[in-house]
Amino acid sequence: MPAKRRMAQLVMLAVAVLIVMGAYANVGLAMNGEVPSGMLTYGLGLGGLMLAAYLVLAKFAPWADPLILPLVTLINGLGCVMIFRLESVPMAGASSNSQIMWTALGVVMFSVTLVVLRDHRMLQRLTYTAGAVGLVLLAIPAVLPGSLSEVQGAKIWIRIGGFSIQPGEFAKLALVVFFAGYLVAKRDVLALAGRRLLFIDLPRARDLGPILVTWGLSLLVLVFEKDLGTSLLLFGTFIAMIYIATQRTSWVLIGVLLFVGGAFVAGQLFDHVGARFSAWLDPGSPIFYGNAPVCLEDPPGDPLCSKSYQIMQGLFGFGAGGILGTGLGQGHPELIPLSFSDFIFAATGEELGLTGLMALLMMYALLVERGLRSSIAARDPYSKLLAGGLSFILAWQVFIIVGGVTNLIPLTGLVTPFMSQGGSALLANWILIALLVRMSDSARKPPPQAIQNEGMTQVFQR
Amino acid sequence: MSELTLLLIRLAFLAALWFFVIAAVGVIRTDLFGSSTAPAGPRKGIRPAKPAAKPKSKKGEPRQLVVTGGPLQGTTINLTETPITIGRANDATLVVSDDYASSRHARLFPQDGQWIVEDLGSTNGTYLDRSKVTRPTPVPLGVPIRVGKTVIELRK
Repeated sequence: MPAKRRMAQLVMLAVAVLIVMGAYANVGLAMNGEVPSGMLTYGLGLGGLMLAAYLVLAKFAPWADPLILPLVTLINGLGCVMIFRLESVPMAGASSNSQIMWTALGVVMFSVTLVVLRDHRMLQRLTYTAGAVGLVLLAIPAVLPGSLSEVQGAKIWIRIGGFSIQPGEFAKLALVVFFAGYLVAKRDVLALAGRRLLFIDLPRARDLGPILVTWGLSLLVLVFEKDLGTSLLLFGTFIAMIYIATQRTSWVLIGVLLFVGGAFVAGQLFDHVGARFSAWLDPGSPIFYGNAPVCLEDPPGDPLCSKSYQIMQGLFGFGAGGILGTGLGQGHPELIPLSFSDFIFAATGEELGLTGLMALLMMYALLVERGLRSSIAARDPYSKLLAGGLSFILAWQVFIIVGGVTNLIPLTGLVTPFMSQGGSALLANWILIALLVRMSDSARKPPPQAIQNEGMTQVFQR
Repeated sequence: MSELTLLLIRLAFLAALWFFVIAAVGVIRTDLFGSSTAPAGPRKGIRPAKPAAKPKSKKGEPRQLVVTGGPLQGTTINLTETPITIGRANDATLVVSDDYASSRHARLFPQDGQWIVEDLGSTNGTYLDRSKVTRPTPVPLGVPIRVGKTVIELRK
């Protein structure tokens, strides 16, 4: 029987808050030679916030995993510190106050989800509702006029007045709920029907429907919203979940082939996708970096000019950081465009170095491990699939953006979960964490006492 | 701020980050190295939950229920004084997802230092070694009990 480990959780939470305060002080000392005046308020604020989250968790999900909340606290806090650090350079667009406000709202959403959703299996009843909601959220920016939905080429926003949200962040949660419910119902036919060819169990052609629909959907996102990241995120998650549901390697193979094929065709047909690929293959060429003579004209003589400028600046940042980093507040992450949102990983890499990045990636890995662990420990297939899918989407998102920033895979605009500046992503990820906490709670809860009374045995069927 | 101080702060900060990661791994080490149902040993600061069960245990008494066959193979459950139910229902102690098992298939309970297996009216029956269990039957150590595809055994 697993123990509750409340003490361990509180201590880890306190350590996480202390580390964040240390980072905050470090930034101030390095940049202005003094501890920032707001450090105490900031630290106490974060501590209070997380204490509140902890109390809600202890009350409503007492058996929840002890590590999830402290890990998220530290990652989120480090993100806030990096944004604060970029804001004090100053760098236009970085705003640590808004990030802290969104973190507070995220914790509120976390608590509300835990309080309202007492049994995550309730979501199974909402399978098709969640699917419809996810599709609508995903489609809204595509049908809105560009002035309301387009920011820097990606049509993924809803902007009303000064307020903007990214509905796709919430759509991905709804779609994971939908995939889990759908696959639980259909997994037998997807897992068993088919025939064996060489080493692989191939499914029947008519069972390819769901995977083709999802594939088409992700291609539509790619084409109409110019968002490679969300497209890859959704399709990859679906493949992973179908694999969890059926344990059939052939689905993974079919999925990878479909995506590679689709991406290749899209790369040929659409300039913005093709440009990403070329910039990925040769980021250092003068044209892509933007210092070739043809690019110095006004306007630049080649549409491919500066396509890899951001990646290269990020890579230079990593290089400047080296093994131990330049130290918080002592590098020049402001030279990387958007280093407070998409490229916060590069900014962190410059200041904390490889050592710090590895620690950060370990924290993400542990977070995902805790999620997968509750998936293994869960008793019913729906919880297994939902927990597995949510953990995977988190891991996959980190992989896509970190892979993009380090030029391992073509760069796609995705947020680094809990670090990048952006309210929608923060809220959605806090809800995701609440769902994981809820599921780890029900997975670790000891089973009810067995029937004790001889002769009076009653069997209730639910 | 002198260079040296900043260098020291930088190293200390990285050390703190890694300390956190290692502490986190420490918290879950029972998950990584032990079984999920039975923590490897008493943890620091937390008293063992059931000290009362210890003094009673005699030499020949089983301490563990081990699943030796079927999808849950390798699962162990520590035997205490509470009965163990086996079935597909979510509230069973050992939840088997097996088409051949009933919701509440069988039950194991201790009586006078022995563990007794009882079939709870299952569709496909419970077998102790080769014979079908028709009435509550004592279970010797190491004799397989079959519930659908699952095979369990009592061990010391």
